[in-house]
Amino acid sequence: MHEGGSAEHRVHPTADVYLRVGAVLVILTVLEVGVFYVPAFHPVLVPVLLVLSAAKFALVVMFYMHLKADSKFFTFLFGVPLLLAVGVMVALLFLFFGALTLRGAPGAG
Amino acid sequence: MSDAKGLTSWLTTTDHKRIGLLYFWTAFGFFLIGGLEALVIRAQLAQPNGHVVSAETFNQLFTMHGTTMIFLALMPLSSAFFNYIIPLQIGARDVAFPRLNAFSYWVFLFGGLLLNASWFAGPLFHAGMLNVAPDGGWFGYANLTERQFSPGPNIDFWQLGLQILGVSSLAAGFNFIVTILNLRAPGMTMMRLPVFTWMTLVTQFIIITAFPVITVALVFLMFDRLFGAHFYLASAGATPILWQHLFWLFGHPEVYILILPAMGVVSEVLPTFARKPLFGYTVVVYSGVLIGLMGWGVWSHHMFAVGLGPIADSAFAATSMLIAIPTGVKIFNWIATLWGGDIRGTTALHFAVGFVAMFIIGGLSGVSHASPPADLQQTDTYYVVAHFHYVLFGGTVLGLFAGIYYWWPKMTGRLLNEPLGKWHFWLQFIGMNLTFFPMHFIGLLGMPRRVYTYAPELGLADLNLVSTIGAFLIAVSILVFLVNVWRTRRHGQPAPNDPWHGATLEWSISSPPPVYNFSVIPTVTSRLPRWKTEHHEPMRDPPATPPAPIHVPGGSWWPLVAACGLPVMALSVLTHTLWLVFLGAAILLFGIYRWAFEPFEV
Amino acid sequence: MTHAATTHHTSLGLDNRKMAFWAFIGSECLLFTSLISTYLVYKGRSVVGPYPHEILNIPFTSVSTFDLLMSSLMMVLALAAVQRGDMKWGKIWLFSTALLGLVFLGGQVLEFTEFVHKGLTLSTNLFGCTFFVLTGTHGAHVAVGVLWLLTLWVRALQGKLGPANAMTVEITGLYWHFVDVVWIVIFTVVYLIQ
Repeated sequence: MHEGGSAEHRVHPTADVYLRVGAVLVILTVLEVGVFYVPAFHPVLVPVLLVLSAAKFALVVMFYMHLKADSKFFTFLFGVPLLLAVGVMVALLFLFFGALTLRGAPGAG
Repeated sequence: MSDAKGLTSWLTTTDHKRIGLLYFWTAFGFFLIGGLEALVIRAQLAQPNGHVVSAETFNQLFTMHGTTMIFLALMPLSSAFFNYIIPLQIGARDVAFPRLNAFSYWVFLFGGLLLNASWFAGPLFHAGMLNVAPDGGWFGYANLTERQFSPGPNIDFWQLGLQILGVSSLAAGFNFIVTILNLRAPGMTMMRLPVFTWMTLVTQFIIITAFPVITVALVFLMFDRLFGAHFYLASAGATPILWQHLFWLFGHPEVYILILPAMGVVSEVLPTFARKPLFGYTVVVYSGVLIGLMGWGVWSHHMFAVGLGPIADSAFAATSMLIAIPTGVKIFNWIATLWGGDIRGTTALHFAVGFVAMFIIGGLSGVSHASPPADLQQTDTYYVVAHFHYVLFGGTVLGLFAGIYYWWPKMTGRLLNEPLGKWHFWLQFIGMNLTFFPMHFIGLLGMPRRVYTYAPELGLADLNLVSTIGAFLIAVSILVFLVNVWRTRRHGQPAPNDPWHGATLEWSISSPPPVYNFSVIPTVTSRLPRWKTEHHEPMRDPPATPPAPIHVPGGSWWPLVAACGLPVMALSVLTHTLWLVFLGAAILLFGIYRWAFEPFEV
Repeated sequence: MTHAATTHHTSLGLDNRKMAFWAFIGSECLLFTSLISTYLVYKGRSVVGPYPHEILNIPFTSVSTFDLLMSSLMMVLALAAVQRGDMKWGKIWLFSTALLGLVFLGGQVLEFTEFVHKGLTLSTNLFGCTFFVLTGTHGAHVAVGVLWLLTLWVRALQGKLGPANAMTVEITGLYWHFVDVVWIVIFTVVYLIQ
């Protein structure tokens, strides 16, 4: 899939790619739910889930929303606010210290 | 501008020039209202134990003064210039989404009317007049704003009004981002954009990222007040500090929304009247972008007295001091622009230079706030009031007046009277310093903010009186301006295309411009298209008549109709009438559908 | 949507509406992050129950999640169909996307009702208000999306949708996928990480 410099003409992706991405999304979701239910994974529950959901997020954004193949400019328009949002969330989590434990310790508010 | 006359042509306009004028006059009207509120405040504080107004009324006055000035006056005045000037500066025929533009204006108008309706709405809530206006401060701290401590509709007017205004600002944000990025004339690269356009672009990015945060904060407050949620109630395990974080996450970027456009104006006015290009264009642009980005990292400097802990306090102190750097850089660039220039002392230039001087003072007090130990004494005192009035009045207001005097001929076809302009400037400049300089001392000597009176033993009576006199002097200066506007509207000197020998594209067309702006879209080859520089000749202005007919989109009713849905939805909360929210949503949807399927060619 | 500025010169060679929409999506990131951050910051601080582990139904919500993911697949298939002019499949996929969206909404309604019966409302505790406002906002976005999709479907039935205005389908898709992506985050952060 290519993006022409100044025209909207590009090779439209086939259903094939979309179906394969869809299949991966399903598998990732199954893994997520699996990690939740299998007690052996609980020590690494949070990082694994974060990675899996980040992967799903990236797949939908890059392929279904076509960001990977489109102009980098759209990546900028989405990416800067997204980075900002993540930064704000991380800062708030630090400021509300207790939330870092994710186990409900009441923190300094 | 369109020749169509009559109310309908204004109600259905999608022309950025008309929308710019609508913003201007509406915003100026709200500016006068906010100013009136300030005068009553100052009358009350002119002496100790004043009894001009009660404490409850005083709370409404300072709340409405702040809310009005920020959201209904300064931001929309900036919007007036975004609307009128940006398409002209980039060589476009209009903004990217003209109907969305109109929608933004109508939503702003309705939001402002809703907020101010609260002054008169008392009787509808079994209270007297002047009783139900918002009274929780412009920053509405929880849990004062919860039902328990604010049982009346005051805070509801406030949170609903602000949510509506947020929709207006967001819509305009998307519109101008696309306009500036995608509708530039051929050859106008990003680094050839006028600085006003650049600063506007940064401002719009701040708007679209910051307004969602306050929207969430307000929605939480609305749910607490309306449905008994507990977002800010400590008894449920929540904390009012969350409000402060969410509010200031918006509130600090908001102050950059307020100042960057004025900085952009000044960056246009100074070079024009020094007849010298802006010193360090690239640095000024990058500093603006940096300010926009770094503005996200400082918000808890508004919370140094909350007890966030030494790590948080230190981090925010550091970021707050750092942000002074790009700001300071701009100041040096402006001064260097004037240095060695061929200065023409027009009124616009006076205001622009006034901006630089006053902003330095405001910036200095701001930097002193960045130190948490110092701020612990300053916070919540009149010292802070001094600071933000120096940056917002001395900065934004003076900067916007520079823009008014600069672009008035372009927008109205008449020049404002220069001698009257100078009177306006000096009265306002002296008035503003008389009003706000003493506040540095009043504050450090211990007078808190938001108190309706003070004891004579404090020894602050004289300084407060000076401050009040200054405020009335400002009022006189505004009267001078209004006289100037009135007198020149029919008999003022007609403005040529380019009264100031400006460098940018708006000066290449008539004053006011034709409805299609440019008879031929210019091709731009430099940052200063209309000036001769060592690298190129000045551009040829577009011909007076277009070589071929130019299609201009007609008007549309649907932005106005859709906009009407929002206050109706707000009314449902104020009157606790559920079906109104569905009616309002239906109006909004109806308007949107008709808008979407209406034939409209840009 | 009717005529647009696609034939006009644009500085970046990109469609105005698509650009506006990506900016809008960026803005929405801040909206949902504020909601999610509040949920996270208040997690575990409810003074009274019900608590998440007592009433969140993972199997049920997993099905909802699959439903929304599949709807994204259908959305993208709808776009592909419209782009190549296959309006028969365009209509089918558009309707299917809307249908799955409705199913998701139905699931939300069921879930909310169930929670209310178990004693969790907006005013019960912190979990109640943060959960309902976060997922409610998301649900409202889904509802708007369903309305949008059905509108497009009706336009297609009227013969007014085709490859020439495929951009409207693309933008609808951007909205729909974003709503799905937000759910991906919510599912993980609210349901799976308790």
